Amino acid sequence: MAFTWKPPKGHEEWSTVYLVFNEWNFVITLILIATVMGVVQGTCAYLILAERKISAWAQDRVGPNRVGFDLGFDFFPFTMLKGLGGLGQPIADGIKFLLKEQVIPGGVDVLFYLIAPCLAVSTAFMAICVVPFGATASPPSLLDYRTDAQVRLATKPLASFTDDDRALLDQYRKEGPRGVVWPRSRSEEELLLKADAAHAKATGGKPYPERLKEFNNSVQFVIAPHVDIGVVFVMAIGSLGAYAIVLGGWSSNNKYSLLGSMRSSAQLISYEIPMGMSILGVMFVTGSLNVEQMIEFQHANGWNILFQPVACLLFITSIFAECNRVPFDLPEAEQELVGGYHTEYSGMKFALFFLGEYTHMITTSFLAVALFFGGWLLPGVTAPGWGGWTDAVVKLGVYGGKMLLFVIFYMYIRWTIPRFRFDQLMGLAWKVMMPLALLNLLVVFYVKHFELSSWLMLPLSLTMLIVATLLSLRMPKPPSKTDIGWRGHPVTGRMAMVAK
Amino acid sequence: MPIKNDDVIWMKPPQIGLFEQLYVPAILQGLQTTVEHSIKALFGKGQVTQQFPEVEPKLPANYRGVHRLNRDEQGRVKCVACYMCSTACPAHCIDIVAAPAPTDWHKDGREKYPETFVIDELRCIYCGMCEQACPVDAIELTTLYDLTGMSREEMMFDKEKLLSVFDETTKPNAKFPNPVRTKAGRLGVASELADQGLTSSSTAQS
Repeated sequence: MAFTWKPPKGHEEWSTVYLVFNEWNFVITLILIATVMGVVQGTCAYLILAERKISAWAQDRVGPNRVGFDLGFDFFPFTMLKGLGGLGQPIADGIKFLLKEQVIPGGVDVLFYLIAPCLAVSTAFMAICVVPFGATASPPSLLDYRTDAQVRLATKPLASFTDDDRALLDQYRKEGPRGVVWPRSRSEEELLLKADAAHAKATGGKPYPERLKEFNNSVQFVIAPHVDIGVVFVMAIGSLGAYAIVLGGWSSNNKYSLLGSMRSSAQLISYEIPMGMSILGVMFVTGSLNVEQMIEFQHANGWNILFQPVACLLFITSIFAECNRVPFDLPEAEQELVGGYHTEYSGMKFALFFLGEYTHMITTSFLAVALFFGGWLLPGVTAPGWGGWTDAVVKLGVYGGKMLLFVIFYMYIRWTIPRFRFDQLMGLAWKVMMPLALLNLLVVFYVKHFELSSWLMLPLSLTMLIVATLLSLRMPKPPSKTDIGWRGHPVTGRMAMVAK
Repeated sequence: MPIKNDDVIWMKPPQIGLFEQLYVPAILQGLQTTVEHSIKALFGKGQVTQQFPEVEPKLPANYRGVHRLNRDEQGRVKCVACYMCSTACPAHCIDIVAAPAPTDWHKDGREKYPETFVIDELRCIYCGMCEQACPVDAIELTTLYDLTGMSREEMMFDKEKLLSVFDETTKPNAKFPNPVRTKAGRLGVASELADQGLTSSSTAQS
């Protein structure tokens, strides 16, 4: 079922050689989607086990250690698989969720009540489709040479411009600096190919058609490869998950659910902004929003965490808030709101909310690793380009391992930091993280504008962080209620003396 | 009585310095604690969980579990059917029907005995007031803790069952030995525990 690309109408002279997806295979994509869905769901199930185990360990408990793959049935024949330290727990949980009675409480808005968990899961899975999870390769480009063509056009005296030249210039202007990826006419194609061959010969590289063939033979470990708005897509779709929470909370007809969803909407809207601003610096340095290109950029230039640690810190904090994880889990604060937005949900509907949350965790972990920790890069082990299936498996392992470390970090933070109060949460986003993100951007702009060494970003951003912290300590503080003493007699005059 | 001014301790919250305001070092300190605990747990140390069915919990000797009806030296039920326990019971779970005792009991001063003695173990709150009320130490709460049943009827313990609990717990090498209890005409539980050296240090000091 190979889908063969044809040039659009009116552009019949376009060569298919320059298109990356001339052999887009529908079947392979379907298989990829099914695999990713299955693997992610299995990973989510086992992450829940990991979460329970880590919670137990951090609290000096043992954690689930009873259920093996016999799931507690006596007639299970394989004694080997019995009681493997709780490894069967996620499967038993899943079966329980599936077989539980599907309760729809009276008084709920049934349509929205049922849509909400579906929305939670579908947005989470849509977000993961542009995030690579293993080896990827960027399509080869004639971009640099095209820029040469533009330069040639630009340096040509205006008096000698032909009509064709003028049309080409207009087209370039309309499309902006990155508009054209492949040549617009046969003549330009010939010109660029010649230039590319010469360049390849001079540098000892491969000419463009060969690079393209190599690329077309590679397998991309991402459902939708080469989405040029990758990061923005993840953020946009990921924040749609807030609608699931809001719908679920509102349609439940329960004040605790509603409070949880209100908190969630306010929180997500606040944390989208520092999240976007914190990765602006990375986008600016890379010159692309394409996640694959961001990973490959870090191969040549070093991992972004080395240059923009403050941005990394802000991004990690924001994704904690995005995923409703402790210390920002106010929408589902058990101690205050019963269960938050999913108070009225049980059985598979509750499990879908859970699945959405954990999928979101996996997506954001992959994204954080791709943006700041070099994706599938490991110095001395992996390098860009398609290196066969062995290389692909190694890259998958490296990337997956980094992602797992990140998720484990999430879980340890849960047992380390107590939950923020709501005003503290908002204050952190608007008064701390947003100014810091802007300052970080300023540092990146400064270094890039004066074409200084990238290493300068590290001391500059750290200095910026410390100076900002010192300034915040010097800031006039609002009168604090705690200043009037922690223990005392409220009627005596002593209180007035100590209050200020 | 109001708190005197001199007794009031005025405290200010500690001043936050650069180290605390940066958040990150403090978070790393916290992470260190969490991870240390986990690493200990990975090697199976420091865990407080008891693996219940395999490992029996160590319960204090005055734990209040399932009731028993004591027998006297001749194997008769000790209870004199005075209704003190069922009167004292806050959950109203004890039901006694008294009857005149057999004539050969009269030489021991026994005029009444319980014809039926039923305790609803599901209704009971295990407060131990029945055994405190009992003038003849006939009803006691044992350390038997894992009481389960498949029906409500099963959990209505009658006289025979309660006496069988006595037989079980007084057997040599019984799994649940005799409880340490307040007895009629003796001092309270705490003093007896101190005699047997079973108290924790804080109880001994007080």
